[in-house]
Amino acid sequence: MPQYTLKIRRYDPQSGNAAYWDEHTIDMREHNSVLDGILKVKGDTDGSIGIRCSCQQGICGSCGVRMNGKPGLACNTHLDEAARRGSSNGDATIEVEPMGNMPVIRDLIVDMDAVHWKKIQRVTPWLINKEPIPEREYIVPHENMIDVTQTMACIQCGACVSDCLSMEVDPGFIGPAALAKAYRFVGDPRDAEHEQRLRDLAEDEHGIYDCTHCFNCIDACPKGVDPMSQIMRLRRISGSDYEIEDRNNGYRHEQAFVKNIRKNGLLHEADLLPDSYGGKFHPRAVPELLSSLPTIATALARRKVTPAKALLHRHKSPKEVKALFDKIEGREERNELNIYVTGHEDDDPAAEKPSAPETEDTA
Amino acid sequence: MKVAYWPGCVSRGFTPELHGSMAKVAPLLDIELIELDRAACCGAGVIAEHNQELADTLNARTFALAQQTDGELMMNICSTCQGAQSECQERLDANTAYRDHINSNLEDENLRYAKGLTNKNFLWLLVEEIGLDALRERVKRPLTDLRVGPFYGCYIVRPVNRLGIDEEHPRDRYLHTLIEALGGTVVDYAGVYKCCGFPIVTMNKEASLTQAGRHIGDALDAQADCLVVPCPLCHLNLDLQQPAASKVVGRELGLPVLHLPQLVGLALGLEPKELGMNRHIVRPTSVIDWSTAVVGHHALT
Repeated sequence: MPQYTLKIRRYDPQSGNAAYWDEHTIDMREHNSVLDGILKVKGDTDGSIGIRCSCQQGICGSCGVRMNGKPGLACNTHLDEAARRGSSNGDATIEVEPMGNMPVIRDLIVDMDAVHWKKIQRVTPWLINKEPIPEREYIVPHENMIDVTQTMACIQCGACVSDCLSMEVDPGFIGPAALAKAYRFVGDPRDAEHEQRLRDLAEDEHGIYDCTHCFNCIDACPKGVDPMSQIMRLRRISGSDYEIEDRNNGYRHEQAFVKNIRKNGLLHEADLLPDSYGGKFHPRAVPELLSSLPTIATALARRKVTPAKALLHRHKSPKEVKALFDKIEGREERNELNIYVTGHEDDDPAAEKPSAPETEDTA
Repeated sequence: MKVAYWPGCVSRGFTPELHGSMAKVAPLLDIELIELDRAACCGAGVIAEHNQELADTLNARTFALAQQTDGELMMNICSTCQGAQSECQERLDANTAYRDHINSNLEDENLRYAKGLTNKNFLWLLVEEIGLDALRERVKRPLTDLRVGPFYGCYIVRPVNRLGIDEEHPRDRYLHTLIEALGGTVVDYAGVYKCCGFPIVTMNKEASLTQAGRHIGDALDAQADCLVVPCPLCHLNLDLQQPAASKVVGRELGLPVLHLPQLVGLALGLEPKELGMNRHIVRPTSVIDWSTAVVGHHALT
């Protein structure tokens, strides 16, 4: 039977002592879980190890921890998988730490109430029915329901919150779990308050435009909720359907970016900054541009940016690119493909493969 | 090898030294660059956030242009392009009807994207196509004693499934193995896989610059001589904004940040100035001193 070394981070904030690594060697099968390992040590050697767990089947969401640097459920992470993450040299050591971005209560137990649940409550996590409520079933299009089941799959384990890189520098950020929960209702046709919810989340400067696109939450989630993609959906609906202006200039930045690419084909950075704040002479742009002057001056001095490049529009997009913008933005409804709903054709053996001649013609 | 080359926007805009250094390094590795000069911005995730069909169409157009060349594959030099384009390609490749619809947008130009394009960042191409052994043989000035901190940028390491990162393709370790192959020392520090903060620099400047400042500080604490980035947007926040980030985190910084082709170019014997390193905001003095010291050493022996 293979041998693994569990390095458990021990800490009791009330003791006044610093945190330390507690090492235990266990003989267990590769496909036993990290939680099996921790519970074995707890049962055989040291009953004082603090870990929260219940179902041990990846359903209750209690045993979120970091294993060799990556967050997840201890109960559905195999020992060999966790060990592989840690090193490329086959070392069978697994460092188990409490999740990040939340205060530690003891050892591997973090205070979910102080951070995670507070943020979930922040987004009004219940359905506000459209009136009148039908007497019988509320009929909802099939795709809409499948779409929101992705966020309904969340088991509130906090793994995404643990590794959110925006929250690491801005603890006020509402964060991936709560925003995914918000989409669960914004994407639900039965909910009456879509616009109000979006206004609330856009006007909060720690809301939808505070996400830094780091994708950590997508890889952290043990249930495939894809929180960052839900945040992008919230932004898309907020900006494109309701044109909601927000306190972070997120919507204006998006508009400025799209306008910039339509006009130039390539990003023309010198225009993007002032336009993101409403144009060079907009009251919000002036202080921003002034504060950026030293940076711009150094860039000019180093010939990183030349005045000709900064002021003249050297990139000209072919008119074909403009035509694409006009055609697609002119459509009455946005066209989207939600892979969560449609699946990958390749994963479905019954799905028709693209015909060979067509592929050859265009290759 | 011949590649359809997508340089991206920022490498020709605010970080022209990236595009320039790639052009210098390519011939030394026998890479022939067929530049996709009619292609448009990848959208950097922002256009997809605005309108998915628009982003998918712009990138399908780029892919179709790449497929018209006789390049073996498409290569980019920007993590953000890699990530944004991979996201669009995932949708285009997942569903025939959707791909046909997007292709219908390109009919006026007689362009058509055929499923299954290979699009690799220069980093992936170096390791997977050229190979580290072949690269080692071409090193003229090994990075001996140069302590390099890898900074990957989010878009090239996550999400792992979409980017094809697995045991066979440990793309999240390529910068590490590359630095070693070039003879340098890898500096591990807390920020290796973190976000530079650039995407929110206009939305939450303080949070954005705190991210940049912390990672640079952590690398300095780990005694790095420089960072290397495969993404020009990371370079903007880590180099161009470094003086501002220094104020936000309240500590002196001053850590040079190199673009990937610059680091490779140095090892292949090019001079810092040829690689445009004089254009950086943070003077790459430690790196330049190192390169002259190594050249002096080689001249003596």
